[in-house]
Amino acid sequence: MELIYEKSKPGRRASTVPQYGLQPPEVPENLRRAEPPRLPELAEPELVRHFTELSTRNFGIDTGFYPLGSCTMKHNPRVNERVVMLPGFKDLHPHQEEEAAQGALELMWRLQEILQEVAGLDACSLQPAAGSQGELTGLMLMRAYFDDIGEGEQRDTIITADTAHGTNPASVTMAGYKLEKVATDARGNLDVDDLRAKVNERTAGLMLTNPSTLGLFDENIEEVAKIFHDAGSLLYYDGANLNAVCGISRPGDMGFDIVHINLHKTFSQPHGGGGPGGGPIVVREKLEPFLPVPAVVKNGVSFRLDHDRPKSIGKVRGFTGPFGVFVRSYAYIRSYGPALREMSETAVLNANYLLAKLRDAYDLPYDRLAMHEFVLSARTLKREHGITALDVAKRLMDYGYHPPTIYFPLVVPEALMIEPTETEPKERLDAFIEAMLAIAGEAAETPELLKEAPTSRPVRRLDEVKAAKRAVVKYGFEEHPDLAAEAGEARQLEAQKGA
Amino acid sequence: MSQLSTTDSDREEMLAAIGVSSVDELFRDIPAGVRFDRALDLEPALSEPELVRHLEELAAKNVDTTRELSFLGMGIYDHYVPAVVDTVLQRGEFLTAYTPYQPEMSQGVLQAIFEYQTAICELTAMDVSNASGYDGTTVAADACLVAKHATGRAKVVLAETVNPQVRQVVKTYAIGFGLEVVEVPHASGLTDPAAVRAAAEDAAAVIFQQPNVFGILENAPELAAAAKDAGALAIAHIDPISLGVLEAPGNYGADLAIGEGQSAGNYQSYAGPHYGFLASKAEYTRRLPGRIIGETTDLNGDRGYVLTLQTREQHIRREKATSNMTTNQTLLALAGLVHLSWLGPQGLREVGETCMALGAYAKERVDLPLVFPDRPTFKEFAVRLNRPARDVIRDARALGVHPGYAIGRDYEDMDDVLLVAVTERRSPADIDRLAHVLHEVRA
Repeated sequence: MELIYEKSKPGRRASTVPQYGLQPPEVPENLRRAEPPRLPELAEPELVRHFTELSTRNFGIDTGFYPLGSCTMKHNPRVNERVVMLPGFKDLHPHQEEEAAQGALELMWRLQEILQEVAGLDACSLQPAAGSQGELTGLMLMRAYFDDIGEGEQRDTIITADTAHGTNPASVTMAGYKLEKVATDARGNLDVDDLRAKVNERTAGLMLTNPSTLGLFDENIEEVAKIFHDAGSLLYYDGANLNAVCGISRPGDMGFDIVHINLHKTFSQPHGGGGPGGGPIVVREKLEPFLPVPAVVKNGVSFRLDHDRPKSIGKVRGFTGPFGVFVRSYAYIRSYGPALREMSETAVLNANYLLAKLRDAYDLPYDRLAMHEFVLSARTLKREHGITALDVAKRLMDYGYHPPTIYFPLVVPEALMIEPTETEPKERLDAFIEAMLAIAGEAAETPELLKEAPTSRPVRRLDEVKAAKRAVVKYGFEEHPDLAAEAGEARQLEAQKGA
Repeated sequence: MSQLSTTDSDREEMLAAIGVSSVDELFRDIPAGVRFDRALDLEPALSEPELVRHLEELAAKNVDTTRELSFLGMGIYDHYVPAVVDTVLQRGEFLTAYTPYQPEMSQGVLQAIFEYQTAICELTAMDVSNASGYDGTTVAADACLVAKHATGRAKVVLAETVNPQVRQVVKTYAIGFGLEVVEVPHASGLTDPAAVRAAAEDAAAVIFQQPNVFGILENAPELAAAAKDAGALAIAHIDPISLGVLEAPGNYGADLAIGEGQSAGNYQSYAGPHYGFLASKAEYTRRLPGRIIGETTDLNGDRGYVLTLQTREQHIRREKATSNMTTNQTLLALAGLVHLSWLGPQGLREVGETCMALGAYAKERVDLPLVFPDRPTFKEFAVRLNRPARDVIRDARALGVHPGYAIGRDYEDMDDVLLVAVTERRSPADIDRLAHVLHEVRA
C-alpha cells in the first residue's frame, strides 16, 4: 500500500482555513520558513480512504480475540467514547477558572476516591500519563519521603523481581536508584530466602506486580511486606495486573504503600494502537504530602486545585493529567459499581478455563491455578519439532487471532503469556482452544505451516534485522531507498513481543 | 452485566473443566489475611442512559469554549480539529489495538506512525522522530536525558521564557537523572543569546521555546548558535502549528525539536490526553526514548513496517534502556497526522498567517499597552492592565468573555498582565467583542 506522501499531488488539499480578509504581519526574514514542509497534499475523499484502508490492515479488540498477556485487552464500552466527546469535557481549557471547571474537578475527585477504595489506600494523584510514569513517580515519592526523614542518602537501592516488566528496572535507573534483582522460587513466588539476604538498611523499596507476570498470586505476600517494613523500606505495587483482584484483594491490604493503576488496562481506556494510557498513583497517608501538584481537593461543596504542597515532588506531566482518560475510566467504573468484583472473577475464570484446556498440549512451568493470565511454554515443541513460541504466534494469526505476549516473562523459555480478559464469551475461548490445539498438532505433522505463517495477513514475516540496520524511519521523497532491492530475509527477533 | 457474556451454565461448565467447585475456589492462592472481606464501597451501578445523564450533568458544570468566548492559551489552544480526525480515531481497528508488537497484525498503525514520523521530521527539519511522548512537558525531560548521554555533561539550561510547566517537569525529573538545572532570565520578553552562552558553559543542553511563553518570536538561530558554541545541544520547544510560517528548528541549528502536539489535531480536553513530539538529528537516533517505526521488507520482498531500534527500549534493555516508556500517545499522534494531512503545506501556512493576522488585529483593537512593545509575536501577546488580571478576568467572564491567562501566576511583577491567545477560530467580530468587554470592565 502506498504511503500518503506517495499519493500527494501539488495543489490538492482537504482543508479550508478562514482568513477574514486580514493581512498577516511580516515574519522577520531570519525567522521565516524558507521551504514549506512536504506535508501530504490530498483532497478529503482520498484522505478518508487512505486512513480507512490503513485501518483495515490493523487488528483491534473490535476485530477479534486479542489475548496479549499483561495488556488486558478487554472490550472498550462505546458509551465511554460518547461521553468523552461532550463539549463540556472535550472543549474545556485547562486554565479555565476553577469555579468554571467544577464538573471536571468533581469527576477527578470522584475517580480518586474510587481508586483509593479499590487500592485500599488513602490518597491519589491522577497526574502520571501511563503505568511506567506512575512507576517513576512512585520512586520519586520514595526518594522524597526518605529525604524528608533523613534517610535519603542511605537508601539507594530498589529491589525488583526477575519476572518484572522491563519498565520496573528502567524506572529504577531513571529515578537514580541502584537495582537489585530477586529470584523466583519453584512455586513462582518471590524467593523469600533470596529476599531476606538482599533487604537491608540501603533498601528504599520493592517494586512488585501481584499477581506476578506469571499470572500467580504471591502466596507469601504478607511475609514479604513484613520483611520490607521491618527494614524501614517501602513497597510499590505495579498495578499492571490489577484486573485479577478488584474487590477480591487490595494492594493496600497486602502491605503495599504506593500503587499505580493502569487505567487503559483495568479500567478500559482504549489502547489506541499504543496509547494513550493513564497511570494514577495511590498512596498511604504518610506519602500524601509528596504527591505531585496540583492536588484535586474537595472544599465543602466545591472542588479546587491545591498548589500549596511544600513537600511535593513537583510535576511529572502538564496540568492534572490526561483528563479524557479519566472520563472514560470513571464512566466505566460507574457502569459496574461494586460489581467490579464480578469483572475480576470472570477474568480469572476465563484464564483458568483456557489453562485447563491447553495445559496438556503445551508446557506449564508453574502448575498452579492462574489468576487473570497464565504462562505456557513451547519448550517441548521447540525441542521435538523446532517450533518456537514465535512460530506458534505467527500461526495463530492465520486462525484469526492476535497472538499472546511471547518471550516474556524472561524466566520462562519460549513463553506464551495468555490473558483472555473477562469480556470474551465461552464460545470464543473454545474456538481459541481449538486453534491452539490444532497448532500443537501441526507442529508435529506439518511444521512448515507454522514456519511459513502467517500467509493470511497483508504482509508476510518481516525482516526486523534489516529494519534496525538500515534505520529508514521516515519517507525520503525522491531519495527514498528501495529496500526491496537490497538482500533480506524474514529475520524476526525471538525477543519479547507484548506486555 | 452488559460487558460480560458468561451465563450461569457457562460458568458451571467452565468450573467443571477447571476442576474446582466454585469461583471462590479459583482464588485459593490468596492468603486469607489479604482477602477483601466486604463489598467495594462504590456507588451502585448506573444503566447506560443514567450514566450518560450523570456525565452530561458533570459536563454541564464546566464552562467550555463553546459556551464562552475564550482567549485562553498558555500551552493549550482552541485550534480547529477537522471532522476527519474524529472519523479516523473512531475506527475500532485503531482505537482498540495496542502497541504493534506483531507487525503482521498491525501494518495499519505501523504505517500511520511511519507517516507521522515523516510529518514531524518535515515540520521540524529533523531526521528522526519517535512515535510520541506523553505531552509537551515530558518530552523536555526526555530530551535532557538524551543530551546528558550524548555530551557526558550534567547540567541543563532552560530559558525562563519556556512554559513554566515544562520547566517544572524538567526539574522534577532532573533529580533522578543527576542533572543540575540553570534558568536564564529574560530581558524584556526575549532570551539574550550572550546570557545563554555564559550559562551553557559545561551544559549538556539549552532548551528555548519558539514562540516563547509570551508569544514572542525569539531570536532562535542565535540561541541555537550560543548553545552549540558552548558544546551544548540546542533543543527547540516549538508550536507545531507555527511551522508553516516560522522556520524549522533543524534549519537554524537545533539538535532536537520537541513540543506539545495538542495544537495539531487534539481537543483541549482539560489538558489531555495529548501527545508530545520529539525529533532529532540522525546522530542521536540510537539515544532516543520511546517507540520508533522503521521500514523493511517481508518474506516476499514487499514493503512493510516494524517497531525498530528496540535495543534502546525497556522491554529489551531493561535497566540500561534509554527510557522506561512503553504506553505512549499513539492515537493522539495519529490525530496529529490526520490534521496535518488535512491541512497540507498550504493550509498550515494559512493557519499560521491567520493567527498572526488576528493577533495583530487584536493588539490594535484591545488598545492596551503591550508589556513588550515592538516584539513580533505569533498567536499570543501580553498586555498591561490597570488592575489585577484576576479581577479583570472575573469581571469579563461575567460578561461572557474569558479574556486570557493571568500570567502573574507564574511570573513575578506581572499580576496586572494578561496573556491573550487567538487561533483561527476567533473572528474579527469575536475580537471586537473582547475589546468591548475589556473596555467595559475598565481593564
